Amino acid sequence: MAQDSGTRTLISHSQLSRGRGKVIYWTLLIVVVTGFTLVFLGPLYWMVTGALKSGQEIAQTPPSLFPKDPQPQNYIDAWNNLALAKLLFNTFYYAIGAVLFQLVLDSAAAYSLSKLRPIFGNVILGLMLGTLMIPAMVLIVPQYVTVLDLPILHINLLDSPFAIWLPMVANAFNIFLLKRFFDSIPEELMAAALMDGASSLRTLWSIILPLSRPILGVVSIFAVTAVWKDFLWPKLVMPSPETRTVSVGIYTFAGGTPMNVVIAASVIAAIPTVIIFLIFQRNIMSGLTTGSIKG
Amino acid sequence: MAITAVPQAPRKPGRPMSPYATGPQRTSLGRKVRDNLTGHAFLIGAVLCFVVFSWYPMIRGIVMSFQRTRRGETTWVGWDNYSRLIADPSFWPAWKNTLYFTVLALVLGYAVPFFVAILLNEFRHAKGYLRVLVYLPVMLPPASALFLFKFYAYDPSEAGLFNAILTALHLPTSQWMQSPDMTMPAMVIASTWMNMGGAVLIYLASLQNIPGELYEAAELDGAGIWRRIRHVTIPQTRLILALLAMLQIVATMQLFIEPLILANGAGAEDSATSVAYLIYQHGFFQNDLNGAAALGVIMLVVLAGFSAVYVRLTAKQD
Repeated sequence: MAQDSGTRTLISHSQLSRGRGKVIYWTLLIVVVTGFTLVFLGPLYWMVTGALKSGQEIAQTPPSLFPKDPQPQNYIDAWNNLALAKLLFNTFYYAIGAVLFQLVLDSAAAYSLSKLRPIFGNVILGLMLGTLMIPAMVLIVPQYVTVLDLPILHINLLDSPFAIWLPMVANAFNIFLLKRFFDSIPEELMAAALMDGASSLRTLWSIILPLSRPILGVVSIFAVTAVWKDFLWPKLVMPSPETRTVSVGIYTFAGGTPMNVVIAASVIAAIPTVIIFLIFQRNIMSGLTTGSIKG
Repeated sequence: MAITAVPQAPRKPGRPMSPYATGPQRTSLGRKVRDNLTGHAFLIGAVLCFVVFSWYPMIRGIVMSFQRTRRGETTWVGWDNYSRLIADPSFWPAWKNTLYFTVLALVLGYAVPFFVAILLNEFRHAKGYLRVLVYLPVMLPPASALFLFKFYAYDPSEAGLFNAILTALHLPTSQWMQSPDMTMPAMVIASTWMNMGGAVLIYLASLQNIPGELYEAAELDGAGIWRRIRHVTIPQTRLILALLAMLQIVATMQLFIEPLILANGAGAEDSATSVAYLIYQHGFFQNDLNGAAALGVIMLVVLAGFSAVYVRLTAKQD
């Protein structure tokens, strides 16, 4: 039997591999696998194939399981009419920038808080973690007003990618993830680097960062998906058609576009994150759980 | 993680080997100041972003809620924004809807993932596949997923996915988003489908930390499956359960994109208006940023109230 670990769970292993337990186990497994496939994959199948149906076919009762007369034209229309290439490029550009800003500024901050520990470091960390308790919706108005007219500099960031990049650096969760990982790097390594006369920057670059590839990967993936999934903030700070993200673009066009085309555009918009997930699912899942479990 | 295979930095000959040669008693004041400056230099980029986009807006939101800006002139208006907001005919429906959604989402979006996680944890096959399936919707852009629900699942005719299933099972069909009574449950279903994956994975990880001996001992004492869940699983995962309950309340109170896309904002007879949607309405359609800031402060106070209750409840149990 395929067994991933010998740990005992709610029901003992021996009980599940013999007689009645075995029958119940396998029945339940088949029911759950079928049920989950229908519940979580079914709607996605419906989405991809529905966007291939014609207007009449989508309105017929009962609905057809396979598109009778597939209309790939819907996808082509979505791509052309909504200028999806431009929207996808914008979103991709914001995502890459968000990754770079977060990696540079957040790992420098986490390194300082974990290894250099300057005075008031803990106070700063506390203030950062405090923002996790403040819902984004509470801050949306004053943040928007701030972006319109940055304090001291008096710059308007509307339609500038910095309006997405810089607020994303203020991400306490990522700093916390990075700091926890850096904490686990032995202090002796730091001392050895100091002996060799390495500067703090050199130590970060040549010792800490190369050891932290797993967590840097997790933070990058989180940054990309956060940009891709975000809706209200990019809708507010990227109002021009030329700077819109893909979700906002589809939403804006949804009113005057046939629904099959809107769904086709939604499918295309979802492809990048789904691919990222299928490639990096292990990293994503480990990142999700390391942040939340104590100890 | 990969820490065990750390390559040792080569030591130059003729240098002191002890890593503690520069202990605290040897450092001079100048050195201390320099070390602190270096530390803060690494922090400054992130700290500035927090100052500008998080800490300052927090204070500014509170200040704005007591001001009114008209034609570029800002004046102090006391509690005017608050009283104007409370007088808005959508204010109470928005709170009623948001709290209703929070309660429904707590029942569905909180209990369901826990039992799904318990179930998945028992399986010795297809574990990876099921985990990927549950988390897949989390990765979809919410706008994409909600258009799927809006156009295909919640189509009020019998051509809609849900109504087709109900018809096939000989159950009465529903008007979904067109019916004020179904608006909230329909939004909770969509929201749970999109978001439950994260909770399931976090529960799964904490279930795997429960020592197997506890179940063994409970079984020897004659405890059945339900009693083992009640007396072993739930107490052992209590901290995570409590934490996720709080996070879920904070998340559901910000209900926004579901009403915006599924119900075009307010929905049938104001049945979908949420507090977050009202903030958006006031701030960005009625040109009332001050009123929107006031509503944000009210939301913060309500959530702080929830947190206080939460701290009380969790502290009592310890």
